[in-house]
Amino acid sequence: MSRAKKLVDKIKELMWKPEKIRNMGIVAHIDHGKTTLSDNLLAGAGMISEELAGKQLYLDFDEQEKERGITINAANVSMVHEYKGNEYLINLIDTPGHVDFGGDVTRAMRAVDGVIVVVDAVEGVMPQTETVLRQALRENVKPVLFVNKVDRLIRELELTPEQMQEKLMKVIHEVNKLIKAMKPEKYDEWKLDVSVGKVAFGSALYKWAVSVPSMKNTGIGFKQVYEYIKNDNVKELSKKSPLHEVVLDMVVKHLPSPIDAQKERIKTIWKGDINSPEGKAMVNCDPNGPVALMITKIIVDPHAGEVAVGRLFSGTLKPGMELYIVDRKTKNRIQTVGLFMGPKRVEVPEIPAGNIVAVVGLRDVIAGSTCSTKEDFEPFESIKHISEPVVTMAIEAKNPRDLPKLIEVLRQVAKEDPTLHITLNEETGEHLISGMGELHLEVVVEKIRRDKGLEVVTSPPIVVFRETVTTTSPVVEGKSPNKHNRFYIVVEPCPEEVIRLFKEGEVDMKMDKKERRRLLEEAGLSKEEAAGIQEFYEGNVFCDVTKGIQYLHETMELILEGFREAMKAGPLAREPVYGVKVKLVDCKLHEDAVHRGPAQIIPAVRSAIFAAMLQANPTLLEPYQKIFVTVPQDMLGNVTREIQGRRGQILEMNTEGDMVTIVAKAPVKEMFGFAGDIRSATAGKAMWSVEHAGFEPVPANLLEEFIMEVRKRKGLKLEIPKPEDFVG
Amino acid sequence: MLIIAGMGVHDVKDMSIKAFESAKTADRVYVEFYTSIPNSKLEDIEKTLGRRVYLLNRSDLEENSEKIIKEAKIKDIVILVPGDPMVATTHSTLKLEAKKLGVDVRVIHSSSISSAVCVTGLQFYRFGKTATVSYPYSGIISKYPVDVVKQNWKINAHTLLLLDLHPKPMRIPEAIDYLFKAGMEDWYAVALGDVGGSNYMKCDMLSKLRDFNPPGLHSLIVLARTLHIVEYECLIEFASAPKEIKEIVV
Ligand SMILES: Nc1nc2c(ncn2[C@@H]2O[C@H](COP(=O)(O)OP(=O)(O)OP(=O)(O)O)[C@@H](O)[C@H]2O)c(=O)[nH]1
Ligand SMILES: [Mg+2]
Repeated sequence: MSRAKKLVDKIKELMWKPEKIRNMGIVAHIDHGKTTLSDNLLAGAGMISEELAGKQLYLDFDEQEKERGITINAANVSMVHEYKGNEYLINLIDTPGHVDFGGDVTRAMRAVDGVIVVVDAVEGVMPQTETVLRQALRENVKPVLFVNKVDRLIRELELTPEQMQEKLMKVIHEVNKLIKAMKPEKYDEWKLDVSVGKVAFGSALYKWAVSVPSMKNTGIGFKQVYEYIKNDNVKELSKKSPLHEVVLDMVVKHLPSPIDAQKERIKTIWKGDINSPEGKAMVNCDPNGPVALMITKIIVDPHAGEVAVGRLFSGTLKPGMELYIVDRKTKNRIQTVGLFMGPKRVEVPEIPAGNIVAVVGLRDVIAGSTCSTKEDFEPFESIKHISEPVVTMAIEAKNPRDLPKLIEVLRQVAKEDPTLHITLNEETGEHLISGMGELHLEVVVEKIRRDKGLEVVTSPPIVVFRETVTTTSPVVEGKSPNKHNRFYIVVEPCPEEVIRLFKEGEVDMKMDKKERRRLLEEAGLSKEEAAGIQEFYEGNVFCDVTKGIQYLHETMELILEGFREAMKAGPLAREPVYGVKVKLVDCKLHEDAVHRGPAQIIPAVRSAIFAAMLQANPTLLEPYQKIFVTVPQDMLGNVTREIQGRRGQILEMNTEGDMVTIVAKAPVKEMFGFAGDIRSATAGKAMWSVEHAGFEPVPANLLEEFIMEVRKRKGLKLEIPKPEDFVG
Repeated sequence: MLIIAGMGVHDVKDMSIKAFESAKTADRVYVEFYTSIPNSKLEDIEKTLGRRVYLLNRSDLEENSEKIIKEAKIKDIVILVPGDPMVATTHSTLKLEAKKLGVDVRVIHSSSISSAVCVTGLQFYRFGKTATVSYPYSGIISKYPVDVVKQNWKINAHTLLLLDLHPKPMRIPEAIDYLFKAGMEDWYAVALGDVGGSNYMKCDMLSKLRDFNPPGLHSLIVLARTLHIVEYECLIEFASAPKEIKEIVV
């Protein structure tokens, strides 16, 4: 029997033993070595050849990933590992580290039960380390720690063994501090305790690692590591204390099996009744229960077409099975089911609960879909992406005849990547793609060119502003076109805490009313507003504070439709609205429903909101980035110049040896082209990364200029609208 | 001046001579098919009047009404409307807007569905409030028509139910479905089709009117809790009412 065949058989056997499965992700700040680690774990476990793993980052198989030297797509792989005489099936997801692809990390966290947090020993805990850790903990996913690139401490920083240990302990301490702050209730159980082996140290590149338990077995501790490296004998070190043994032992011992994980996790990710048959089936990871499958990723396979990857929480999947795509209210038939062997997908006759699965045939699913054999299955909690799109580009087909193909391709890429927003405007023919950053869009456009073979032309990137208000408006009357319905609206800034509660899912419209009211009152809404809350939409809320208006409930959905329309594109420049509280204080409705249909209600509400916003000191918010740059001391001036020329602000400067790290903040609008400029300003010596830093008001002296810039681009009248333009 | 002239309940030929003459001599003639749909097409109307007629849509009458009103400031403008002008809410707003802009308005009345339904023999003074059965908006079926029927029952009155016209004229079977979904009790009703033309009529319990589907626009009358003897005789004679209906005659 061939080796590959043997492995497939082993995987097929292990997938039925959930106590022998570990579903885990690898997360870290950009470049800290996730892919190198994943590759070498695979090679160590015999899933790919040593040479392959050594040569090129095997899991960064996409052309663009190779060229750019970063991971763009989370990659799924599986391997078998033996621990204390038992074999385990390890399903691993390698995630990207660049902020622009953070959405992929968020989604991967739904599929796994544990993560290895990788930290570069030299750089230490970085902003993105914090972000990915937060994403994991929020999904109730348990962490262990791998401190990577320890070789650099010895070779580059030339630390003594004592200094080295001190530095490593500092990293652990910092990660523990984060866990304590983010998940205090789990801290005792989840804190990273070196002595029990929840932390490993080593080098993903040179394939060695140590942990307290491994030291006991192999006798190789920090002193020995130091000696081996000083003597240039890492080969030997990697034989004596191999990376994959130490790290996978840690995974098996300290990360939960689906059986243990699902007992705890289901209530975090599913708001249905835990005592219902499907609730119990998921808590017990029952292969005989109804199918409960959450799709976390869509990949496009050159042969099979679209493959939906997800986590199966209960039931067993087989080809031919019909599944309800609950969130899309439709039904699809499964063609094939598969698992990952190494990085390849292998088809199997069936797959039981507890595994990460690859399904062909679910053509209507998107990343985030819930699939079940039960039609009325309560969908999983939606996956909350932390940041919203901030950069946009107009895109068109080079050859106008390709327009239909362009639209199809755009729909396709949006399906694969939910953080990408597509706006198709049939009237103007202008198609916009909005994403997390300049790089995100570049990658998508390149993908359209290469993988989809479509020549496209794009505009330079543009930032997406947000429209907001800074004071309270007077009561504004909005009339329906037939004048028989009147809405009295007030807008004002929405408390930040209210937005946070909704965004983080601590408050939603499905929860207990009383509890919601209490939380919202604490967050800064008045009693009436908290009781009358109707909807949270893209960072804005709608409150109905009227009393006893007949037939209002019949009309509320249309009123909310008007609210959503207004929030999608505000009055100043048709940019999305953010941070606005819209209050319905009174209204008059025509009794007869035929006189209060969509054509009457939606425009009335929208124009009243617009006119109110224009009387509440509206302004634009623009997205900001935090920038972290590390350069040799003598280049500090070049960097600060580069940042200050971009309306940037230096926040911090830290010196370590002859290197200096600058932390700064600047508007995204000014950051386009930074990659090239910083390279030439520092002769390529700068190491840098960025992080989203939320939205801030644009400077007052630039407001009008920016509004006009956007209006001009969109072909709108070149003047700031007045309230009378909307209510007459 | 702005002249709002009714074309009457069925087709352009229901128009009064007054309306006809003013349309002949006006500077410009408009017509709208939004508040109801007459049994005449635009070409029929143009042929009858022997002149060009321009079609107005909802937004011309509502949010953009200013344009026409302003035109009426300097010219004589006729807007032909189906039925009797002042029955439709839209036209009362139009009158109000014209007044605001200092434009004179003249209304020329005509026959209306609200009185034409008395062709059933149900007596005009026994009708209560009128309501519309509208299509559900975002899945919500309005309870308003059911509430109106109940209110009218309290004063022992009949209820005329008009059926939604947009996006397409609602038919009786569909209207009955919506009524039941909104909590309507099964009761005697008269289903009507092509009023003012062929006058199709059928009286029975609502649940038994579900296969009534003649051509033309439809409307529905839910009967009061009792009938006057003459009403009863007419329903038997003209609307093939079932014999049992005698039970509610007082
Ligand atoms: N010296 C040293 N370099 C390492 C080690 N591990 C990884 N690297 C190097 O660090 C760089 C980044 O490694 P990757 O594995 O691509 O990092 P990553 O975290 O997957 O990066 P992204 O996916 O782009 O976030 C590569 O040049 C690796 O060769 C290590 O243990 N020691
Ligand atoms: Mg990577």
